[in-house]
Amino acid sequence: MAMTLATRKRLVTALLVGPSAAWLSIFLVLPFIAILVFSVGERAPEGGYQAAFTFAQFMNLPARATAFWNTMLLAPVGAILCLLVAYPTAYYLAIRAPTRFRMLLVSLVVVPFWTSLLVRTYAWIFILGARGLPNLLALIGLPDVRLLNTPGAVLLGIVYGYLPLMIMPIYVSLEKLDRRLLEASADLGASPVRSFFNITLPLSLPGVATGVALVTILLLGEYLIPQLLGGGKVFFIGNALVDLFLQSRNWPYGSAIAVTLVSVVVLIITLAMRLAWRFAGTRQVDLV
Amino acid sequence: MRAFVTAVYLFLYAPIALVVLLSFNAGRNASDFTGFSVEWYGKALSNTFLIQALQNSLMVAFISAGLAAIYGTMAAMGLERLGKRGRMLFDGLLAAAIVVPGVVIGIATLVALVQLFALLNPIVTALWPSDNPPQFGFGYGSIIAAHGLFSMALVTMIVRARIATLGRDIVEASADLYATPFNTFRLVVLPQILPAILSGFLLAFTFSFDDFIIAFFVAGSKTTLPIYIFASIRRGVTPEINAIATLVLTASLLLILLSRFLMRDRPRPAPSE
Repeated sequence: MAMTLATRKRLVTALLVGPSAAWLSIFLVLPFIAILVFSVGERAPEGGYQAAFTFAQFMNLPARATAFWNTMLLAPVGAILCLLVAYPTAYYLAIRAPTRFRMLLVSLVVVPFWTSLLVRTYAWIFILGARGLPNLLALIGLPDVRLLNTPGAVLLGIVYGYLPLMIMPIYVSLEKLDRRLLEASADLGASPVRSFFNITLPLSLPGVATGVALVTILLLGEYLIPQLLGGGKVFFIGNALVDLFLQSRNWPYGSAIAVTLVSVVVLIITLAMRLAWRFAGTRQVDLV
Repeated sequence: MRAFVTAVYLFLYAPIALVVLLSFNAGRNASDFTGFSVEWYGKALSNTFLIQALQNSLMVAFISAGLAAIYGTMAAMGLERLGKRGRMLFDGLLAAAIVVPGVVIGIATLVALVQLFALLNPIVTALWPSDNPPQFGFGYGSIIAAHGLFSMALVTMIVRARIATLGRDIVEASADLYATPFNTFRLVVLPQILPAILSGFLLAFTFSFDDFIIAFFVAGSKTTLPIYIFASIRRGVTPEINAIATLVLTASLLLILLSRFLMRDRPRPAPSE
């Protein structure tokens, strides 16, 4: 069979992209269409889904308002706390750290992120549990301090779990910084503090925006940290979703919540890209 | 400033160190250290449920990361041949696969597959020539597929970043010297992107091995290691979990170090002739 060069080229492209395109269609697009359809449906009497077209599920969203507000409050607050710890660390790594140790120190930051979040969060159950820190606090005269199962514990877990993800983009943007700008600024008589606020900080804002956006997005879907450190008292949308799908089996309502969650995530990404565009003239938001 | 950074590193590593330390505890209580012992490792390794969960996790991680490495690399190679609109659509879907929360991926896959199975299983039953037709259900396949989604997107992005750093010139030089497109790929492109593929594979493996929330929804009756650990924590903290946790941490640590070793920038050896 004679085949033109163009046809052959197209065939090769289709073969290369085909499998991943199929994967994306079946396990990303199709599931998303499914929850969209479910979100306008009704709960079947025995649990699960029953076809309908109603916005009742969306109207009912306020019933889970606590989970929603917990997430919308603690996720950004957690991300900001993360930023406060991450920025000085990234600054040290990119600008102050001795060159010899820089790569090692950066690796040491990345490694915990790729180890099990479950195990790392679990460690804090000991530290914050009655036999951990509260036990030590009792020795110095502060009895009956409860740390586990409080919003504070959840925030601590968040900072602990997501610190590496916040440090990396900031480190990358600070590392790219042209040092000559700082020298020029010093030559022109600017104090180090002024140089920092007029040069270093603005130029690292894309990294900050990426870090805050990434951490906030991941936190919006967080389940493990509130589950393990919040003990059912401080729960997120993720916890509500698990409950709705696996316990009360109200799938249409859960789907409506999931659709809302994804919309919020898309909104945040759009805002972050706008910000990055505005500050750095690039829409590039580094993900990996 | 150095003191602050030192404190940050302590903060990052002290909890991990604590778990490792407590895993060698001789006492029955998980949080009071009474003496050194490896007893709990023996207990953990003779626990058949645990070993089964570990095997499941290793298998799922290996297959999903392997498929992701192959299809992700193919996609990274094919994307630059796509038209502008196709590429933008594909890019959007890849980004979505990475940023959509795991909990949403989990429930959406659950919901979609329940419907799909309900549609397909009667057809299979009708077409099957004898009794006991095979039926689709949740299990290894659904976990592999759901993990593979994120992993494939991850590998595609990593390999693509690597391809972008390769000059077109070596590919053109290879073609000018009459290499077939396949030989150009095998002898010129592949050796250069192999570290990126391996690194992507290892990161994907680690992701799948550590994932709890997606597997929690689509695992059906199967148990992966994170699901087992999560259930154990709910039953109560024992030194056995510390031993398992230490093993998991060690495994992840080795994989990530290997991955970073592969991805490091090394000076290319000068051509010998």
